[in-house]
Amino acid sequence: MKYLDEFQDPDLARRLLDDIHATVTRPWALMEVCGGQTHSIIRHGLDQLLPDQVELIHGPGCPVCVTPLEVIDKALEIASRPDVIFCSFGDMLRVPGTGRDLFQVRSEGGDVRVVYSPLDALKIAQDNPGREVVFFGIGFETTAPPNAMTVHQARKLGIRNFSLLVSHVRVPPAIASLMQSPQCRVQAFLAAGHVCSVMGTGEYPELAERYKVPIVVTGFEPLDILEGVRRAVRQLERGEHRMENAYPRAVRDEGNPAAKAMLADIFEVTDRAWRGIGVIPASGWRLAERYREYDAEHRFSVTAINTQEPAACRSGEVLQGLIKPHECEAFGTTCTPRSPLGATMVSSEGACAAYYLYRRLSTPSTPSTPSTPTTPMEASPVG
Amino acid sequence: MGHGGGGQLSAELVEHIFAPAFGGRVLADLADSATVTLGGARLAFSTDSYVVRPLFFPGGSIGDLAVNGTVNDLAMSGARAAYLSCGFILEEGVEMSQVARVAEALGAAARAAGVEIATGDTKVVESGHGDGVYINTAGIGLVPDGVDIRPQRAEPGDVVIVSGPIGVHGVAVMSVREGLEFGTEIESDCAALGGLVEAMLAVTPDLHVLRDPTRGGLAAALNEIARAASVGVLLQERAVPVPAEVANACAILGLDPLYVANEGKLVAFVPRAEAEAVLAAMHAHPLGAHAAVIGECVDSHPGMVVARTGLGGTRVVDLPIGEQLPRIC
Repeated sequence: MKYLDEFQDPDLARRLLDDIHATVTRPWALMEVCGGQTHSIIRHGLDQLLPDQVELIHGPGCPVCVTPLEVIDKALEIASRPDVIFCSFGDMLRVPGTGRDLFQVRSEGGDVRVVYSPLDALKIAQDNPGREVVFFGIGFETTAPPNAMTVHQARKLGIRNFSLLVSHVRVPPAIASLMQSPQCRVQAFLAAGHVCSVMGTGEYPELAERYKVPIVVTGFEPLDILEGVRRAVRQLERGEHRMENAYPRAVRDEGNPAAKAMLADIFEVTDRAWRGIGVIPASGWRLAERYREYDAEHRFSVTAINTQEPAACRSGEVLQGLIKPHECEAFGTTCTPRSPLGATMVSSEGACAAYYLYRRLSTPSTPSTPSTPTTPMEASPVG
Repeated sequence: MGHGGGGQLSAELVEHIFAPAFGGRVLADLADSATVTLGGARLAFSTDSYVVRPLFFPGGSIGDLAVNGTVNDLAMSGARAAYLSCGFILEEGVEMSQVARVAEALGAAARAAGVEIATGDTKVVESGHGDGVYINTAGIGLVPDGVDIRPQRAEPGDVVIVSGPIGVHGVAVMSVREGLEFGTEIESDCAALGGLVEAMLAVTPDLHVLRDPTRGGLAAALNEIARAASVGVLLQERAVPVPAEVANACAILGLDPLYVANEGKLVAFVPRAEAEAVLAAMHAHPLGAHAAVIGECVDSHPGMVVARTGLGGTRVVDLPIGEQLPRIC
């Protein structure tokens, strides 16, 4: 693990910032696609250091935030069954479904477990042959390959009590969808480096050309993001629009061929609903027909889901970069991490959570006292 | 579970349920230990329960924690612990050899801290109703004359000092927890801080606040002090000592070292005029050899902790919720 200090070096950051300040001559709106980038920007205060003309718009790339309410409600329903061990990454336990979340299911007696890898869930299935083990398979191109690998392993090992509740989404169709919106203000994208480390950069030159928009593949450390901004601004000022890879230490043009092959074997592309945004054509994956027996939706045939999104929640607009979190009337008042209206307020990559956690001094609609408590997280005793 | 995590929900539980129900002037201070007067003597009095998993981890065990945790709570009032009580809650089926190992570790930690186990209790609960071994300890110790260390005494101008690298204990425990094993050489920094506090008090009895940043980490400790005294805390993020192993583990898991638990570290609010001497005294003690100034107490943003980031921006450092959850990607 090198690079942590190197990519947070204040002197190098100053140089990049000086270059950006010297380059900018007029206002530009750049969207960082990934919620991890958003949190890095807000946590390190990068947006405070950039020129006023450079506006960072937060994008839809938080996997927790865009998982549709209907899928969350299906997860809650499946997790409530006494014969089920429901396994999930920690983030998903706090995401509100219609009326409750996975933490509440657990406190009501459901066997909901936090795992750190889908292969941990497969091990739980091996160890509990008399019970059904379901893994909540959500996320972008980053989490899809290990989830695909787990299904591959399950079949190879003949494990039949394991299934995936799948809601995987793909970034390039989301970029296209954003650019097609008449309200779109985005003039350049900082593409998500980890997604490209899997999928490569092949889909981006065509997008950059079609929408005349610079796309810079960018990492997650502060210097990565400043370098992404620097390159995007340079293209904008020159009137250019092409794909650039500013994250070559992790991203090769061809991506990760083994991961891509695994995806192609296990999943197939499908239309997918994004929470707060709606259905985006060809923007998701589902299990291929030949792996249907591992599809939790098929295995449990969950029906009678009646979803109800809170009317006051504007997370869809936040996810599309149409408003900043604190511009939502509910931000910090009726919507806090303790009683969230939408997933963007509880996800560790959510833009609303970033503003609430790190920017309460400077966001105008926030309550003046810091005493608003937040939701329970996994308690893991260490002392 | 979140109500036991040492964060906002824990604070809510105490402030809204326990404190009103129990009443009492002393409890209202919500310090690590209570300072009470009995027969003319000023005593520090504290209790804590230990439910760590696994029972043994690199650099320590639940037995060490059960001694050092309570000894340190007393030390945060300036008291040297004298006597501890020790209550064991054992789960039916736990190996007696495990219990013996825990007891030996507990006894050794008590001898190292110079404290006597004066009374105890044992209960056994049915299988499935516990995690093998739970321990509760309570302790008392004398508070020296002229010493008044409480969170409420923090005031603008105070210098904030941490006694050494943070996050070590939490990462050491996480590194061996079922489902989260990852290779790291790091060992828990679990230790009794009474001697270090004595060395600091020898320089000046006018330490304003001491806190051991256990569950909830440094962020929780600083927030609790900021709120108790209605002052702001300005943290210099780059000045906070975070070992590379802790930083790397946190980066992998998507955790913030400021929120990771410590045992054997303290944070001190010291009058500016005394800070240099206190820091020198800490550096001269083995448990404070890497002590560092990490920020200051300010009169802006009362009740809040704000960090100046390494690159020059600012961010709020909130009271944690329960414990952190690793990110999805």
